[in-house]
Amino acid sequence: MAESSSNPPVLSVRELCKSYASTVAVDGISFEVGRNEIVGLLGPNGAGKTTTINMVLGVLEPTSGAIHIQGVDLSKRRSQALEYTNFAAVYAPLPGNLTVVQNLRYFGMIYGVKRVSERIEALLQEFDLARFRDTKCGVLSSGEQTRVALAKAMLNRPQLLLLDEPTASLDPSTARDIRARIRDFTAKGTGGVLWTSHNMYEVEEVCDRVLFMSRGKVLLQGDPRKLPQEHGKATLEELFITVAREPLALEHA
Amino acid sequence: MRLSRAAAIVLRQFYLLRGSPSRVFPLFVWVAIDIVLWGFITRYLGTITREPGMDLLPALLGAVLLWDFLTRVMQGVTMAFFEDVWSRNFLNVFATPMTIAEYVTGLVLSSIATSSVGLVVMIVVAGAVFGLSMLVYGAMLVPFLLVLFLFGIALGIVGTAVVLRLGPSAEWFIWPIPALLSPFVGVFYPLSTLPSWMQAISRLLPPSYVFEGMRTIVAGDSVSWTTVLMGGGLAVLYILLAALFFTRVFRHAVRTGLIARYSAESVS
Repeated sequence: MAESSSNPPVLSVRELCKSYASTVAVDGISFEVGRNEIVGLLGPNGAGKTTTINMVLGVLEPTSGAIHIQGVDLSKRRSQALEYTNFAAVYAPLPGNLTVVQNLRYFGMIYGVKRVSERIEALLQEFDLARFRDTKCGVLSSGEQTRVALAKAMLNRPQLLLLDEPTASLDPSTARDIRARIRDFTAKGTGGVLWTSHNMYEVEEVCDRVLFMSRGKVLLQGDPRKLPQEHGKATLEELFITVAREPLALEHA
Repeated sequence: MRLSRAAAIVLRQFYLLRGSPSRVFPLFVWVAIDIVLWGFITRYLGTITREPGMDLLPALLGAVLLWDFLTRVMQGVTMAFFEDVWSRNFLNVFATPMTIAEYVTGLVLSSIATSSVGLVVMIVVAGAVFGLSMLVYGAMLVPFLLVLFLFGIALGIVGTAVVLRLGPSAEWFIWPIPALLSPFVGVFYPLSTLPSWMQAISRLLPPSYVFEGMRTIVAGDSVSWTTVLMGGGLAVLYILLAALFFTRVFRHAVRTGLIARYSAESVS
């Protein structure tokens, strides 16, 4: 996807590396997330997906490489770059001792959301959370907590939305609903999404493009609906299993 | 710096306090108990000590009040930070545009609010029950409180950095810090009571200047501004060093992935 410098991709990752002593977690990966695009970051456990997302979120310093969010260099102007992002991850629930509205207001202030009360009301409606507005997040079901986390992730209308297994704890009906909202987010706005999931059905339904990671490298990328056939596999799941078990076969293909 | 981000930390503390008696009571119950306990001890000592010119109330009960204030200031900072530790909120907070300076400012503002409650309660109880007037310290009361406040903030920032670096279980290193310092700063006795090696350490600690100054006033003498400025200067220096320490620990945490992996387990 070609981008001019005046209209940069929402995320540009160049030669990104992260190593811990002798362990290389992410090994020189490069990719972009364009506007109105949902990019799936796939791979087996330990492939480097969450490490990559943590680096994009600014909570993990790369060993080398560059990350630009909306054209802003994350390493040089961290605060400005992160104003364009938000995220939801299954391992990062919002504080359970605050109510839904309190959490949204707290994070709304941190992200500098204008007319935050109006924005919160809109999100409560959008994510069907109005009846839980004064309920502490800790007592919500995991599916409801995920919806609150997604509402928080939408607070600042991010240009780059990072979603780490956002539907992992949702029932199929709610998961479909959430997928529709995320697609709606990219279709109506100018933002892009980086999405990790182990649900290949979901990935096929949602993602415009996927990156397969294994052992810290991006082995394959392309359209999730065409990629399996291009590599002689019947389904995306079959391709995933091949990446997980025989990454070298694909690396040298 | 955007103050609205620091204000978000204060708002979060307000939400937590408003809905939680177990967070509200410690703001004033323990300090009130301390004042009552030391008030009666002071009263008793007053009956067995008949030294002329020796007013135990401002020398002893006043010292307890000032020391408890410093402790509350420090705990105000650390408690606001621990809320993020206990709710495993680091990733949510530090993956935002909030800068370290904004975060620490939020902790300090939270501490100002919570420690003020404790200070007011102590002054009211000490005055109403035991007749202690803080006006006995004259114009020096303000600089005394300021020095103790600044040093309490510095201790709080160091405490948060230690827990950030070593993990949640390290909070048990933090609670006893004031108790460890109290013998050196001469809360209850003149520094001349201490052996010379302890006096050398005392001279490096800002509260020492406050408590020596306080006793000087109680004895009817005047405190030199040089003494107060020395304490204030040291306190400012410690705040700068504490901020530097926190920044270094935070950068280490970002470099090593500690922020992303921070959990209920100690990382030490």
